Amino acid sequence: MAVIRFDHVTKTYGDTVVLENINLTIDDNEFLAVVGPSGAGKTTFLRMLLSQEAPTSGQILIDDVPIADEPMPDRGIVFQRYSVFPHRTVLRNVMMGPEWLAAPVTGRLFGAKRTELRDRAQAMLDRVGLGGHAQLYPAQLSGGQQQRLAIAQALMTHPKVLLLDEPFGALDPGTRKEMHKLVLELWSEHQMTIVMVTHDLSEAFHLGTRVIAVDKHRHDPHAPHRYGSVITSDFEAKPRLARALQRAERAAG
Amino acid sequence: MGRAINRLPSRRSKILLGAMPFILVIAAYAIASDARHAVDAGDKLMPGLDAFRAAMSRLIFDIDRMTGQRLFWADTWASLGRLGIGLGISAVVGLVVGIFVGFIPYLRATFEPFFAALSLVPPLAVLPILFIIFGLGELSKAVLIVFGIAPFIIRDVMLRVAEIPREQIVKAQTLGASTWQMILGVVLPQVLPRLVSSVRLSLGAAWLFVIAAEAITAEAGLGYRIFLVRRYLAMDVILPYVVWITFLAFAMDYALRLIYDAIPWTRFREGG
Ligand SMILES: Nc1ncnc2c1ncn2[C@@H]1O[C@H](COP(=O)(O)OP(=O)(O)OP(=O)(O)O)[C@@H](O)[C@H]1O
Ligand SMILES: [Mg+2]
Repeated sequence: MAVIRFDHVTKTYGDTVVLENINLTIDDNEFLAVVGPSGAGKTTFLRMLLSQEAPTSGQILIDDVPIADEPMPDRGIVFQRYSVFPHRTVLRNVMMGPEWLAAPVTGRLFGAKRTELRDRAQAMLDRVGLGGHAQLYPAQLSGGQQQRLAIAQALMTHPKVLLLDEPFGALDPGTRKEMHKLVLELWSEHQMTIVMVTHDLSEAFHLGTRVIAVDKHRHDPHAPHRYGSVITSDFEAKPRLARALQRAERAAG
Repeated sequence: MGRAINRLPSRRSKILLGAMPFILVIAAYAIASDARHAVDAGDKLMPGLDAFRAAMSRLIFDIDRMTGQRLFWADTWASLGRLGIGLGISAVVGLVVGIFVGFIPYLRATFEPFFAALSLVPPLAVLPILFIIFGLGELSKAVLIVFGIAPFIIRDVMLRVAEIPREQIVKAQTLGASTWQMILGVVLPQVLPRLVSSVRLSLGAAWLFVIAAEAITAEAGLGYRIFLVRRYLAMDVILPYVVWITFLAFAMDYALRLIYDAIPWTRFREGG
């Protein structure tokens, strides 16, 4: 279960209002796509959900509990770049989360537990199509492979919410298509809530069960920083219908 | 291929070209030395190659009656020991302090201005203070090197810590890492290669401080010997010692480069 609620959330940097009074409830297992023009505050929205930034006012709750004020394993993240560790092999990258959670002092597992984790990591790599690249370093991977790795790494700790900030923005169209398929599969396998920021409207409607647009609703030409962005549109996208139908069928049959 | 920047030497001519300045300098010296000896057979300023061989074989092979040691090796070990201890302590201090102060905002706010100021104090100016406090022995020499080099290494390590993309640090936290685990698993491994380069860049300064300290007070050491025999204008000892020090510095620089290249993740850079 992961119902996310934005409760009167406002974010300002100094005089600049970035996001203004956001109220939003994201259902469990929703795939929310956030679109909007550059500088509208999409990344800021995601950063607050990640606790990388604190709201200036208001609060964010997951299952009616305010989120911790620093990043935590309940919310995984994949950035456009730099989300994997360049000094670890692909396999070790995927093992890092569980190792950190299990070994507070050394950050390393040994013996049978290590073997067990390595098998689990290898299975995850196989799942995202990196099974044959386990011993390489991230810099030896292509852009798409690095993003697969970043997703695999994030999923190893079973986050309730997965956050994606333009994760496919730097990929070519073919690779992007493959990644869409993978993300949709993983989303249904892992039963999580996904929030994805994207520039690409077709991507948003293809993947999202719900699409929101953030943009400034008022503009003062003499003081452009006066007003922040709000949610200007909110669509329930086709995939949600498809999923609802699927569920109804499953419940019936 | 008219432009100079597009005319590339081949492998063989690179080696030949690289050797040429060395050969020219040696030849020029030999000629000048011969010319001086033709005028004055007792010239001490530019001894001939025979004089070098005689002086150096005495220092390398003969046991000195006063100390019971072969002086050349005693000097070498004394200087290398000082250099090693000074550089070693500086590297460890630089790494530990640089990581903690660079990574933890409260420590950074507290100590960054202090280290910035500290690194501007000229180490040789405080040498007398070190001699007064720590005596004329080995301790003050080690402190001098650490004082001269550690602030630079600390700042360089801190800069490298700041270069680690914020995304990695946030990602690590979403994977459950504590501050300590991030230091151990994310920061330290990425800072290590920079520490090696930083120590490499400090070699010249470290030699300077060793020789300066030895020149003032010591019982042995390459710098001590040079300044001792200066009184007798013993160029036949000074020049080979300078060449030897240069060679040692070169060998250490090369060794550090090998260490750097041996770190696997330095071979695969981000975006490669
Ligand atoms: N740390 C900060 N300090 C001051 N202003 C900031 C900060 N971070 C973001 N902003 C401002 O907030 C606004 C929104 O930035 P944000 O990065 O959220 O936009 P975005 O919608 O993600 O844009 P893009 O599509 O280009 O990624 C911008 O005007 C930016 O200048
Ligand atoms: Mg953005």
